[in-house]
Amino acid sequence: MGVESGFSSPRNDVFPAGLRVLVVDDDPTWLKILEKMLKKCSYEVTTCCLAREALNLLRERKDGYDIVISDVNMPDMDGFKLLEHVGLEMDLPVIMMSVDGETSRVMKGVQHGACDYLLKPIRMKELRNIWQHVFRKKIHEVRDIESLEGIESIHMTRSGSDMFDDGHLLGGEDITSVRKRKDADNKHDDKDLSDPSSTKKARVVWTVDLHQKFVKAVNQIGFDKVGPKKILDLMNVPWLTRENVASHLQKYRLYLSRLQKESDIKNSFTGMNHSDPSSKDSTASFGHHNSMNVMQDDLSNGAYSFSVNNSLAQNVDLKGHEGDRKGITSVPVAEPKGALSIDIPDPNKAKSSHISFDHSLGSVDSGLNFASFNSTNLVQYSWSKIPEIQFKQECEPLQLENGFSQLPLPGSHHHMQTEYLQPSASISSGPSITEKEASSSRIEVKPMYDEYGRNHVKHLSPMEAVDLFPVQSKNHTLHNQVFEPISTSTSSMKSPDVSLNWLTDLEFAQRNLNGGAGIPFTSLSEDIQVCWLQEYSALDKGLFA
Amino acid sequence: MDVVNQLRRQFVDYYTSLHREGFVDDQFTQLQKLQDENSPDFVVEVASLFFEDCEKLINNMARALEQQQRVDFKQVDASVHQLKGSSSSIGAMRVKNVCIAFRSFCEAQNREGCLRCLQQVTHEYSLLKNKLQTLFRLEQQILAVGGSIPVVE
Repeated sequence: MGVESGFSSPRNDVFPAGLRVLVVDDDPTWLKILEKMLKKCSYEVTTCCLAREALNLLRERKDGYDIVISDVNMPDMDGFKLLEHVGLEMDLPVIMMSVDGETSRVMKGVQHGACDYLLKPIRMKELRNIWQHVFRKKIHEVRDIESLEGIESIHMTRSGSDMFDDGHLLGGEDITSVRKRKDADNKHDDKDLSDPSSTKKARVVWTVDLHQKFVKAVNQIGFDKVGPKKILDLMNVPWLTRENVASHLQKYRLYLSRLQKESDIKNSFTGMNHSDPSSKDSTASFGHHNSMNVMQDDLSNGAYSFSVNNSLAQNVDLKGHEGDRKGITSVPVAEPKGALSIDIPDPNKAKSSHISFDHSLGSVDSGLNFASFNSTNLVQYSWSKIPEIQFKQECEPLQLENGFSQLPLPGSHHHMQTEYLQPSASISSGPSITEKEASSSRIEVKPMYDEYGRNHVKHLSPMEAVDLFPVQSKNHTLHNQVFEPISTSTSSMKSPDVSLNWLTDLEFAQRNLNGGAGIPFTSLSEDIQVCWLQEYSALDKGLFA
Repeated sequence: MDVVNQLRRQFVDYYTSLHREGFVDDQFTQLQKLQDENSPDFVVEVASLFFEDCEKLINNMARALEQQQRVDFKQVDASVHQLKGSSSSIGAMRVKNVCIAFRSFCEAQNREGCLRCLQQVTHEYSLLKNKLQTLFRLEQQILAVGGSIPVVE
């Protein structure tokens, strides 16, 4: 693992040489590189690739390290959690690293108490500077024995004391003697201390008494309204400065929030999931909702974004999974308006999806309740999971109009189901179309995978249909051709067989441009199509050539 | 002497071409700088670690994406993220760029897109591996004839 540290005699160089660094990273390549880099800075490096291991090391030798550098993504424990533990138990400065520099992540790091957040690839100069965090912490935070030691060691180093050279300073027994000395020479130390940091900073020892005064003041003011100045005034300790109080307050806050978090976690696990929008675990909703909004805007601007809408995919997946009727229909709920997503690599496929979509429209028009259709016609849903969470996180109430009571629709979202994001899913749910308002047709189309296989899945999105439009001229013909024979069919969509036939037929139709036999779409209502198409301004003209 | 210079020139040319073609970026140069008497094979060792890691991660992704029933995109994404981190360690720019696109497809749960990216990433990885192995071979040759490896800025 790493270099022995802690009790090895420090170099005779000036601090920060010999700084004892613990590096935690599950990436072996980075671990090796960081070790090398830190050694080049004359630091003493210990490496480990697991968070638990790191904690063990730290606990075994509480005074063994000066600073911890850890990656955010660890397999056994979240880097932020490790960060909290270290801060709480050992109170060492912790630097986070990641290849991901997203602001929210960085913010999270800082909130959890990281004293810095480095982006990979990390440069030498960034590592050279890490000693500043150690130093700063020792100067400000005077509560710990460790910091006493540290300061003492700095002090010692500067005065060339033997104690430092022994390396015993950080050892067990000597700590007490050092501490005693410190306490006795409190006032004098302040002066010495201020030297290293070219600003005069009195070192405050937060004794139990002092801390109690502090807490009392905080409670008096009210935790929500505290500020260093207020606390300082209330405490009425003449030699205490605002900065002292400020840094102590910060620590106190962190401490309280950790406690709060822990109790939160215990109380409501699911709640946690729901409440953290940034976490991937909350999957669906939040992120999705956001992306959906984006989609919405795009759509209304006539911009068809083919960005894969993860939310869509996810939503769809979730819902369709167990062939849950409700789920299926509600999937569209999360659909953003016109969220059509996925790329349509193959125009032919697009056609098929186009067709299928239209078929679905037709079925709606015929007054079929797709919900029931869906439920009966489900063949397979290979959607993996359907987090219930998704629904709970629906931001908008389900609104059903036009008698499609079973199809929940969120707000004014245009649902374009694009299940295809699960290509492997063989979902034979019929497309469900719901229209919220006459003018803005919201159509849910559930792609029917099944026979079409993976590729087709993608195409069953309205988006695709939309996308097709520019390419449409030939499609129009196709479209027309396809739908002509359909008009006579009855609402056989309810029968499972039909749906399967439909799928096959669609495929057939795709190839032959014939509507195929038995395509269960009674009447592809032009109205519906138009309505649907209205959403896509560019489309309405083309389709009904 | 001539042989040494020839080889050194070859090395420099090859090295710069790797940069130019985007196979490696500045991080790779930084690694060269870290190499010293204490760790004369540092770069080669790091590269080996990277290749190992890469292969493992690519296999993970392939396995996850192969699932017919339902792909665990989170798992795929986790592996891609790791690969992204790994590739940044050695400066494997092209691999890293594919990872960025790959992650979008994971987020979107787009299996097709993911499979395409997987293909791309595998391709880029093998390309890079070949290139670096060639570079290292050149290094060995230079050393074998008593030359020193040029430091390219």
